[in-house]
Amino acid sequence: MAKHHISTTINGEPVEFLCSTEQTMLDVLRDELHLTGTKEGCATGDCGACSITVDDRLVCSCLMLGVEADGHAIETIEGMADGDKLHPLQQKFLEYAALQCGICTPGFLVASKALLEHNPDPTEEEARYWLAGNLCRCTGYDKIIRAVLDTAADMRGAS
Amino acid sequence: MYAPSFAAPTTVAEAVQLLANASGVARVLAGGTDLLVQLRSGMLKPDLIVDTKRIPELRTITTEGGGFRIGASVSGAEAGEHETLSKDWPGVVEAVELIGSTQIQGRASFVGNLCNASPAADSVPALIAAGATVVIAGPGGEREVPVEDVPTAPGRTSLAKGEMVVAVKLPPKPARTGDAYLRFIPRTEMDIAVVGAGVCVTLDEGGACTAAKVSLGAVAPTVLVVPDAAAALVGSRLDDAALAALDAAAQAACSPISDKRGTVEYRTKVAGVLARRAAAIAFKRAGA
Repeated sequence: MAKHHISTTINGEPVEFLCSTEQTMLDVLRDELHLTGTKEGCATGDCGACSITVDDRLVCSCLMLGVEADGHAIETIEGMADGDKLHPLQQKFLEYAALQCGICTPGFLVASKALLEHNPDPTEEEARYWLAGNLCRCTGYDKIIRAVLDTAADMRGAS
Repeated sequence: MYAPSFAAPTTVAEAVQLLANASGVARVLAGGTDLLVQLRSGMLKPDLIVDTKRIPELRTITTEGGGFRIGASVSGAEAGEHETLSKDWPGVVEAVELIGSTQIQGRASFVGNLCNASPAADSVPALIAAGATVVIAGPGGEREVPVEDVPTAPGRTSLAKGEMVVAVKLPPKPARTGDAYLRFIPRTEMDIAVVGAGVCVTLDEGGACTAAKVSLGAVAPTVLVVPDAAAALVGSRLDDAALAALDAAAQAACSPISDKRGTVEYRTKVAGVLARRAAAIAFKRAGA
């Protein structure tokens, strides 16, 4: 079976790749494009470690085929910092020590960024529900939630 | 090596032709939140995958004479963002929004939930209670059937080869009508229903119920329509006798399995409780 030729945009840059039908977007990102910031946890859409956005919609890249990316705009964790300048969420995750082992962190950051774009002033409950599809077995979530809410307050103040 | 074919048609006619002419197993890909898990686990090895998200009419919610036509590839998040749909059929929208996480909501669809044919599908009891139908396209043209006629057994539907669901239709909401869906899970988010209950009622000006539909999920091999439970509500103002009759009828309809989520006895008892609670919300929404 011939591979599919896919044209897409990843983190604002036009990207073309070849993939077979059964390769997920996660497989393509990691194995074909070497964008290994996006992590594989469960591969069944339960843990959120592979979170990306497609046309600004938060999804699990393990539950999307690479072929589906054709013509769409993908954002991954690699697009979050501006060169060496961290995104406010990344900075705040460091300050709050909102991670230990770090494998869930890219997914949490991408999902949290999507939350703040959707709702710049979330309540703690809204943040916890929005992030319910991201699992962390280290932090107990509290530091993550505090980092997200504090970032939201800073970003509102700055705008 | 396993290498399925892939197609992303832009019209329903093309999609139907691909499905009808497929040799071997063909699967429709809408949100993919069930299909990709099945692919990954090796449970399913389709020869052809047909992505329906490039068919414009399957990607939109349109209003038709006061009712709604929800394209088969519309995601739960998109349904939740639709203001008039959420206002008219809050039970239906709440039910689809209960499916999975924010990430799953970005992709998962009503029609995928229905055609995956799980007895625990959250959106299905709510759709059935609301009197929803589906439009099915096939080699012979289109047909419209009630939602409850689609699932026939766990993982099985009444769709013939070459057929696909193209839309869910919700009727114009009659005056003084309210719908509700509740599910029970052991935590607050991200789990599969132990029991689900959808209720829709229409009241007269005095607040008495003139029409009702009750549907239960996860308590039988398919989502159930429970006419005896609906009959218990009709004529009542949801007094204690009606609630007791509703509870008894809901329990009597159950034929669940025992598994790690709940025993037969537990599911049966909870079905009665959830039916009562969902009915109370539906009555309130109807203006009682």
